[in-house]
Amino acid sequence: MGEPVIEFHLDARSGISPYLQLVGQVRQALLLGLLAEGDKLPTVKEVVAAVAINPNTVSKAYRELEHLGLAAAKPGVGTFITRSLGQASLAEHGPLQQELRAWLVKARAAGLTEPGIEAMFQSTFRESATHAEEET
Amino acid sequence: MSAILQAHALGKRYGRRQALAECTLEIPPGHVVGLVGPNGAGKSTLLKIACGMLAPSSGRIEVLGEAPAGSPAQLARVGYVAQDTPVYAGLSVADHLKFGAATNPRWDAALARTRIEQLGLDPKQKAGRLSGGQRAQLALTIAVAKRPELLLLDEPVASLDPLARRTFMRHLMESVAENGTSVILSSHLVSDLERVCDYLVVLVSSRVQLAGETEDLLGTHHRIVCTRREASSLPAGLTVVGATHTERQSTFIVRGPAEPPVGDWAAESLDLEDLVLTYMEHAAEPAPAAAATPSSTDHTPENAR
Repeated sequence: MGEPVIEFHLDARSGISPYLQLVGQVRQALLLGLLAEGDKLPTVKEVVAAVAINPNTVSKAYRELEHLGLAAAKPGVGTFITRSLGQASLAEHGPLQQELRAWLVKARAAGLTEPGIEAMFQSTFRESATHAEEET
Repeated sequence: MSAILQAHALGKRYGRRQALAECTLEIPPGHVVGLVGPNGAGKSTLLKIACGMLAPSSGRIEVLGEAPAGSPAQLARVGYVAQDTPVYAGLSVADHLKFGAATNPRWDAALARTRIEQLGLDPKQKAGRLSGGQRAQLALTIAVAKRPELLLLDEPVASLDPLARRTFMRHLMESVAENGTSVILSSHLVSDLERVCDYLVVLVSSRVQLAGETEDLLGTHHRIVCTRREASSLPAGLTVVGATHTERQSTFIVRGPAEPPVGDWAAESLDLEDLVLTYMEHAAEPAPAAAATPSSTDHTPENAR
């Protein structure tokens, strides 16, 4: 049993369900290049022994990662990362970031404050995430 | 698979005091169940009945499909750790393991030894000289090494400091992951339970107020903040669990479909603690109306202000 490649944590106050927090942390690690294709995620037992959370939460997060095409389970061996989301991919999306910057300028000009912008982003993001889920 | 615990109109009376009343529950297997409620709500009574230490005064209960402690085989399938994780002060850690081995047919000696090693406990140490956290861990070790299908834990972390709580929960979750054990653990603090429990039973004043999978409960309860109005003017399909009013504003905790139907209110999700506290307050009020089944769930979402 080597060192685990990723360590999870939970924020009870975030309002985001625990399994989605775990999914988010894997995504984040992928984006930061901390995780790459072929890496083995810690086993459910290792995660719960470290973080003291319900094993079903971890299983659900791993199933979601499989559903998203980011990981695959090899029965009896473990769950492995199947796709990299390295920093290269963020850089490739420069134009998108440009658009976002331009949008932020517009939002401020329209009188939206930072909490307002955050709230609008969160609610729109959630809405479109639900729609995307319904379509798949 | 059938329910790990099935109770119908279960009641327990101590003389004139009703400790548990009309308790009807059906808990599916494979969960870590949080039994939550204020002190004196009947949590310990329910757990004692479930492990067969107490006989109910009325109603029926089956645990793992049999009467609690109905047979030696049934006894072997259920582990129970009483409040404050009692151990024998005069016996050493090794003596506890010997005792466990002698009294439990499915005893896993290797597991018990490994756990004691991992915990760094000295087998020769007298249990009376262990710290609270170590004592709790010893009691858990014995309950787990019994290899039960269901583990009943009465306030296992109540007397522990935050670090010992976390350690205890980590070990408990590890053994759940390893053995697929179902667990029912009680606490009067939601914060002890919210990370580990995926099923919740709220017990207040000897009655079950709420029971269900945590995620479902969180998904179907919302806080609605709106201009002042009566609960009766809320859309059909919403059951009001709690309501507070100021001169201008009303705040409702409701059970029902998620989307807010009009523009002058905001609907927010609740955290587990708010949810449980609302039901506890609600229980102190007169009896609630039966939950209405939502007739329609296609409310058009409006932008919350």
